[in-house]
Amino acid sequence: MIGWRSTWSIYTRELMRFLRTAFQSVLAPVLTTSLYFIVFGAAIGGRMPDLGGVDYGAFIIPGLLMLTLLGETTSNSSFGIYMPRFTGTIYELLSAPVGVAETLIGFVGAAMTKSLILAAIILLTARLFVDYSIAHPLLAVLYIMLVAAAFSLFGFILGIWADNFEKLGIIPMLFLTPLTFLGGTFYSIDMLPKPWDTIALANPIVYLVSGLRWTFYGSSDVNIWVSFGITLGFLAACTAVIAYIFKTGWRLRA
Amino acid sequence: MSEAILELDGLSKVYPGGLKALDDVNLTIRKGEIFALLGPNGAGKTTLIGAVCGLVRPTSGTIRAFGHDLATDWRKARARIGLVPQELSTDMFEPVQRAVAYSRGLFGLAPDPARIEEILRSLSLWDKKDERIMALSGGMKRRVLIAKALAHEPDLLFLDEPTAGVDVELRKGMWAIIDQMRAKGVTVILTTHYIEEAEEMADRVGIIRKGQLIMVDEKEAMMARLGRTEAHISLASPLSELPPALAQYPIELEEGGTSLCYRGGDGTGRGKAEVADITKALIGSGIDYKGIDVRESSLEDIFVSLLGEEEEQPA
Ligand SMILES: Nc1ncnc2c1ncn2[C@@H]1O[C@H](COP(=O)(O)OP(=O)(O)O)[C@@H](O)[C@H]1O
Ligand SMILES: [Mg+2]
Repeated sequence: MIGWRSTWSIYTRELMRFLRTAFQSVLAPVLTTSLYFIVFGAAIGGRMPDLGGVDYGAFIIPGLLMLTLLGETTSNSSFGIYMPRFTGTIYELLSAPVGVAETLIGFVGAAMTKSLILAAIILLTARLFVDYSIAHPLLAVLYIMLVAAAFSLFGFILGIWADNFEKLGIIPMLFLTPLTFLGGTFYSIDMLPKPWDTIALANPIVYLVSGLRWTFYGSSDVNIWVSFGITLGFLAACTAVIAYIFKTGWRLRA
Repeated sequence: MSEAILELDGLSKVYPGGLKALDDVNLTIRKGEIFALLGPNGAGKTTLIGAVCGLVRPTSGTIRAFGHDLATDWRKARARIGLVPQELSTDMFEPVQRAVAYSRGLFGLAPDPARIEEILRSLSLWDKKDERIMALSGGMKRRVLIAKALAHEPDLLFLDEPTAGVDVELRKGMWAIIDQMRAKGVTVILTTHYIEEAEEMADRVGIIRKGQLIMVDEKEAMMARLGRTEAHISLASPLSELPPALAQYPIELEEGGTSLCYRGGDGTGRGKAEVADITKALIGSGIDYKGIDVRESSLEDIFVSLLGEEEEQPA
C-alpha cells in the first residue's frame, strides 16, 4: 500500500526547494557546460579528427551531459535527505505514516525530475556551440532517466551515510568526478594505449558514458545492452541498500 | 474510566552506547486526558515520545496506540498522532502556510485550506502565513511547529517541552492552546521540567527519572498524598519554649525562638485550617506575632522529596 498523497507532498516540496534556488541550480551547469564546449569543442575540437564518424564537438556531448548529470543528481539527492537529518526536520518524515516507498518515490522522483530538467538545459546549451542530432531520442530519454534514478538512489544512500558535510562532498569529489573524466567523456576508449584500454573497462562510468553515446550516435565503445544491464544492476543494488536502511532504521532512527 | 488510547507495556530502550534511557515503562493513557511527564533533564522523556512516534526503536516491550500495535500497524497509528518536538527544527526558508499544508499532505490528508486557516488563526499565526519561518520569533516558531503537528487533526498530541526557554507570557499562551486541545477532546501528552506547568495543565502526572516511571497519579491525588503546608510565623518577641496550647500541632521554634515553623496538612487544605487555629491559639495565649508566611507545597516539592527518598534508598 502506498500513500500517494504523502508521496505527492514530498515530491512537490522537494521540487519547490529546487525552484527556490533555480537560478543557481541552472546557471552553474549551463556555465560549466559552455566552458567545456568553448575549450574542448571549439578550441581543441577543431584540430581533432572525427571519432567514429562523429565530429569531436558532438562526440563529447553525451560525456559532458553524464558528467553534470552524475554530479548534480548525486548532490541534489544527498542534500535532500542530509539536510533534514542535519537540521532535525526529519522528525516529521519519521513520525509520518510513510514508509520506504513514499519516501523514495518522493525524494528520488524529485531528484530525477530536476536531473531531467538539467539534461534538457545542457542539451539546449550544447546546441549553441555544436550541431548534433540524436539517433535514438526515446532511448536517450529512457537512458537518462535510468541513470538519474540510479544516482538519485546513490545520493540518497550517501545523504544517509554522511554524518558531516565533508563526507557528503568527498564521494563525488574523490570518485565520481575523476571516474567520469576517465570514463571516456573526452575520448574513445580505443584511443588509449594498451593495457589502459582494458583497465579502463573496470571503470563503471565508462559504460554509462558509452551507453548514452550509443543512444546519441548509434555507436559506442561497449555494447549498449551491457551498458543498460550495468545501469539497471546499479539501480537494483541501490534500491536494495535503501530497503535495508529503512528496515533497520540505520542512521535514521535512534 | 474512558478508553485507553495509548498503552506502553514493558517498554525499554538501551541506546547503542549501552545507556538505558527507558527501563520497563508501563503506562496507560486515557482518551481526552492531559498527561504531564515530569522529570529532570536526561530522564528519558524525549526517548519515550520518540519510541511512540517512530523516532526511536524500542529495545523491548510493546506500544499500542488506538488499539494498533506500533511494531506492525504503525501506519494507522501514526496517522492519528501529532508530534511537536523539543528542538525548534523547521525548514527556515519555507513560508508558514505552505509548511503547515505540507504537513497535512505528508500525513496523507487531502488539502483543506479552510482547515489550515482555522489552525493558523487559533494559534495567532494567520497574519504571518506568508512569512518565511526564519523571520519569526522563537515563540512563533514553536507555534508553527504546533500548527504543523495539528495539520492532520491528530487525536493524540505530543508536546515535548513546549515551554522550555519561553517567557511567562508565552507560557500562558501555551497553556491556553492546551486548553483548546482539551476542549476539542484531543489527548495531550506533554513533557516538562517546569512543575508549575504540570500543575497548571495536567489531569495526571507521571514522574520519570533515569528511565523509570516512578509514580503516576491524578494530580490532585498526588497533591493530597504528598502535599504539605508550611507556615512561618514571626513572633513579636522571642520564646524560649513552645506554649502548651500549641503542643498538639506539628510545630517547632526556630531562628532562636523568634519564629514558629509549622509543617503539616496533606495537600487538601487541612494545613491552612490548622494554621488558622494556631494563630487563634497564639492570641489566646497572649503571644503576639508580626507576620505569617503560608505556603502550600507544589509538585516541585513533591518531586524533590520523592527523588530524595529514592536517593536515600540503598541501591
Ligand atoms: N540518540 C541517542 N544516543 C545515545 N544516547 C541518547 C540518545 N538520545 C538520548 N540519549 C540519552 O538518553 C538519556 C535520556 O535522554 P532524553 O530522552 O532526551 O531525556 P529527556 O528528554 O528526559 O531530557 C540521556 O542520558 C541522553 O543522553
Ligand atoms: Mg527531552
